[in-house]
Amino acid sequence: MRHIISILLENESGALSRVAGLFSARGYNIESLTVAVTEDPTLSRMTLVTRGSDEIIEQITKQLNKLVDVVKLVDLTEGAHIEREMLLIKVEASNGAREEIKRLADIFRGRIIDVTDTAYTIELTGNGDKLDAFLQALGKSSIIEVVRSGPSAIARGDKGLHL
Amino acid sequence: MELTGAEIFVRCLRDEGVEYVFGYPGGASLHIYDALYKQDAVKHILTRHEQGAAHAADGYARSSGKPGVALVTSGPGVTNTVTGIATAYMDSIPIVVFSGQVATSLIGNDAFQEVDAVGITRPCVKHNFLVKDVKDLAATIKKAFYIATTGRPGPVLVDIPKDVTACKTEYHYPKEIALRSYAPVTKGHSGQIRKAVDLIVQAKRPMVYTGGGVILGEGSKPLTELVRLLGYPCTNTLMGLGGFPATDPLFVGMLGMHGTYEANMAMHECDVLVAIGARFDDRVTGDLAKFCPHARTVHVDIDPASISKNVPVEIPIVGSVAAVLKEMIKLVKDSKTRVDKAALQAWWKQIDEWRSLGCLKYEHSDKVIKPQAVIEKLHELTAGGAFITSDVGQHQMWTAQFYKFDKPRRWINSGGLGTMGFGLPAAIGAQFAHPGETVVCVTGEASIQMCIQELSTCKQYSLPIKIVNLNNRYMGMVRQWQEFFYDRRYSHSYMDALPDFIKLAESYGHVGMQIDKPADVEGALKEALKLKDRLVFMDFITDQTENVYPMIAAGKGQHEMQLSPCHRGATSERELA
Ligand SMILES: Cc1ncc(C[n+]2csc(CCOP(=O)(O)OP(=O)(O)O)c2C)c(N)n1
Repeated sequence: MRHIISILLENESGALSRVAGLFSARGYNIESLTVAVTEDPTLSRMTLVTRGSDEIIEQITKQLNKLVDVVKLVDLTEGAHIEREMLLIKVEASNGAREEIKRLADIFRGRIIDVTDTAYTIELTGNGDKLDAFLQALGKSSIIEVVRSGPSAIARGDKGLHL
Repeated sequence: MELTGAEIFVRCLRDEGVEYVFGYPGGASLHIYDALYKQDAVKHILTRHEQGAAHAADGYARSSGKPGVALVTSGPGVTNTVTGIATAYMDSIPIVVFSGQVATSLIGNDAFQEVDAVGITRPCVKHNFLVKDVKDLAATIKKAFYIATTGRPGPVLVDIPKDVTACKTEYHYPKEIALRSYAPVTKGHSGQIRKAVDLIVQAKRPMVYTGGGVILGEGSKPLTELVRLLGYPCTNTLMGLGGFPATDPLFVGMLGMHGTYEANMAMHECDVLVAIGARFDDRVTGDLAKFCPHARTVHVDIDPASISKNVPVEIPIVGSVAAVLKEMIKLVKDSKTRVDKAALQAWWKQIDEWRSLGCLKYEHSDKVIKPQAVIEKLHELTAGGAFITSDVGQHQMWTAQFYKFDKPRRWINSGGLGTMGFGLPAAIGAQFAHPGETVVCVTGEASIQMCIQELSTCKQYSLPIKIVNLNNRYMGMVRQWQEFFYDRRYSHSYMDALPDFIKLAESYGHVGMQIDKPADVEGALKEALKLKDRLVFMDFITDQTENVYPMIAAGKGQHEMQLSPCHRGATSERELA
């Protein structure tokens, strides 16, 4: 099963490599990982997507908790949550295709954020499935470059993950 | 008054109560060595190799319960400690290793003797630090000792750049420290303990299985009390030996790959398994699919990640073993349910039947020295009270089987990593922690050569360690596997071109002996043990063909042990090489 684990960790050099090292040393897979500082500058928030059986996920969360730099974590997939990922994509947009691509971007609520004579750069946010669908709709041929942020996620409701 | 980082370092160790630092100097740690020179509260012990320093700190920690400390320079100094750090990590031993580092301005420049010490050691430490500012030095050292010694203990590395040891600041060593991201549990959950005791007292075929956690967590007194109160059989892992007295009739011996028949069979047949401070290592469980098929399991451990890692557990209890055991004792005493005496009697009858097989029996000889006989004699002559370190191989297993450890912290071996070369430097650490006590290093002619240079350290500090070299001219354990599983193709397991160990010992200033007749074993051991102020290297020329039995081969279940051929009345007609 796919799990999204949200981690608060000390904002210190080396903390990220402890998490990444744990996954490679124990043979767990990381599907994606995003990390940035929080409103408290001493803490970073990491969103980590992984897959595994219940036993493996239990081990992963226990092993993560054992890392001295990990302050708190939650497996968001245990409850209702919202997941968003950002896609930045550069596509060929020459005469004939310009209108069609613009229309497609609108349908997916994407925004064109840069334009040249021959290309558009589009920004699109959503869950992974939506981004996949957009890529599929565009077709491979016109894509110049794709950048995906990997998901970030947050629990629904009025409770937050903090100290 | 402002002090330099180097002075602060030394003051921190003093204020932490550190007696000994095992180390080896070099460029990046010169300021620190200068500060050490100017005081005598903290004693520095010069080993002959940084691996030796790490193992000595480890042996000191294992034998005393106090954290061991090592100090090395940058680059090759710290890479040489990696084996020692990993050894301590696998067995959860509290050591703090300090490494010098190139100046902060040079980090990342491939400077002379620069390595990423924090990066290299990351997977084998409990935690590590790079100190970039002298203002953080004292607090970081406090954190290092706190993390190393609390919760599930483990090694911590502190990397200190040279300029940090030269900069000055006010000295203040924090008395206590709290970390928001690290709060080890101590007390177990009372509800869980109650549930566990309910299950334990109802058992018909109970088994108590304990590991190194009982030693590390100072749990052997309450363990012994609980087991005796219940009258249940108890087995120890390799790391747990001494946690329960081996000469107590309730003790059924070590379990696992080279455990006793009765311990492994009782594991296989038990209906309630009480695991305490043990981690269900593959050398213990054999094939997991066949492990304890009838058992409902209680597991007490300080580390939640150890619980249900390999084997699903019905009643997990996270807590310090000593605290949990004490609570269990109270509950058992107050429990309305009484242990089922009849069922227990029947269970013991079955166990005694397994026991009567005498699975550790070996063929005696008056022509060639049997390694097991040397260990049995050693046990007898030291009355089971010595500190015994070992290296890795057959000699390690025979020591575990034949030296009956009645007390904790007497058996010092590398169980998790299986590090050849551990024995002698670990004995150095143990001897410093216990001056005046008998410290014996049981080793093999292959293992001893991995850290042989430490004989020089022993001379410098007049350490009267007794080395028992079970010399079978083979990497015996490797040869045994090749005999069993590779059709006797003894590929590179033969120890050729061995040194003359008598001369070797003598050239280091010690006493050397060679013993090749069974009749001389006792006399030699007695003579060596009498030399209270000398290191004695006893080179026992032993039977080359001897194997360690019983044995559970890889992929087999605990009940599928291979017994010694002498149980079939067969004399060994095996040919070597
Ligand atoms: C550093 C290291 N290298 C290799 C091994 C693999 N190994 C395990 S036991 C053994 C042989 C040990 O031989 P010896 O010290 O003579 O002891 P014996 O088994 O003969 O008692 C070897 C090579 C190891 N455990 N550690």
